[in-house]
Amino acid sequence: MVLTMVPLLAALSVLQMVSGSVLETFEEVLLTNPALLILVPVQIGTAGNLGSILCSRLSTQLHLGTFEFAVDNPAIRSNSGAVLGLGVTVFALVGVAAWAIGRALGGTLGLVEVLTISLISGTLLAVFVVVVSLVAVSTSYRLGYNPDDTTIPVVTNVCDITGVLILFAVITVVL
Amino acid sequence: MYERASAVDVYRQALPVIVVSLVAGLFAGTILGSEPMRAGIESVPGILVLSPAFLATRGGVYGSLGARLSSGLHQGVIEPRVTQDRRLSNAVVASFINGMVVSVFIAVVAFLVLWFLGGGGNLLQLVGIMVVAGLLSAILMLSVLVTVVFVGYRRGLDPDNIVGPLVTTLGDVFGVVFLLIAIYFVGLFI
Repeated sequence: MVLTMVPLLAALSVLQMVSGSVLETFEEVLLTNPALLILVPVQIGTAGNLGSILCSRLSTQLHLGTFEFAVDNPAIRSNSGAVLGLGVTVFALVGVAAWAIGRALGGTLGLVEVLTISLISGTLLAVFVVVVSLVAVSTSYRLGYNPDDTTIPVVTNVCDITGVLILFAVITVVL
Repeated sequence: MYERASAVDVYRQALPVIVVSLVAGLFAGTILGSEPMRAGIESVPGILVLSPAFLATRGGVYGSLGARLSSGLHQGVIEPRVTQDRRLSNAVVASFINGMVVSVFIAVVAFLVLWFLGGGGNLLQLVGIMVVAGLLSAILMLSVLVTVVFVGYRRGLDPDNIVGPLVTTLGDVFGVVFLLIAIYFVGLFI
């Protein structure tokens, strides 16, 4: 267990250094705006959760034989739609909460700014999560791996890194 | 039928779970944004570099332990109580070693990234912080995970359903808390 897990975990932590380096680059912005520092774990955590839900639902469909990688598949449409809806709801809540807590911690960012950053980056991330989950499930199936085992770690890690990249791209544009 | 499950149903079922982990995430974020943590980030170059990797590997290490425990319970090869059982102790020891090895590895890679980016960074300090934070999270995660999975199983809960949310929630919240404690503890010596 140690011999198989350590290389995998080591590879994942090297990948995570991408998001770490981005955070380090924005250290000054983050330290002066605690609201943004709050957004970091919440955004990537929520994206990972949305991805996990979608992946396990899609893999169940695959096992039940109802998965078909097509835009007009009603099951894919309803699951993807639900995840996008959840994303918009949750990232709106996150924006308000991060603004309020950031204020309490001595930040000066306005509600409109934090909400805009949270909603735009969150929605982009949710769309990305849907695409990555669909691709991960169908690729996993085509390569002969059980998507129950492979897709969640892949999607959560990809979401961590992309989440930070999207968040800071949006922060750069908005601020 | 499954395929008739509308988007609204999925939305309604998933929203509570998402909101619970959202609250945990906000708590982790609040600690990250708090005054002492910001002071720690400022004083130790490299904390922001290593934190995503540190938090993500907690999920990997203890998530796989949880998955092993639930498979063992389902197959009946692990008893739902703390015994001298080899399978149980092997799984616990293995995830402890995984957690510690990976923590030290993260400190070294973060140091190399800092060096590559041209910033400073103290290898000893980063390794110290990762060892302390890794050890604290190992003690907490191992004891809570084993207890909750065993007690849950004895009460008829499917451990497969508890492990995931438990690991991500605890891992994120306490990962950040232990990182903060480790920064202060190591700061006393280095």
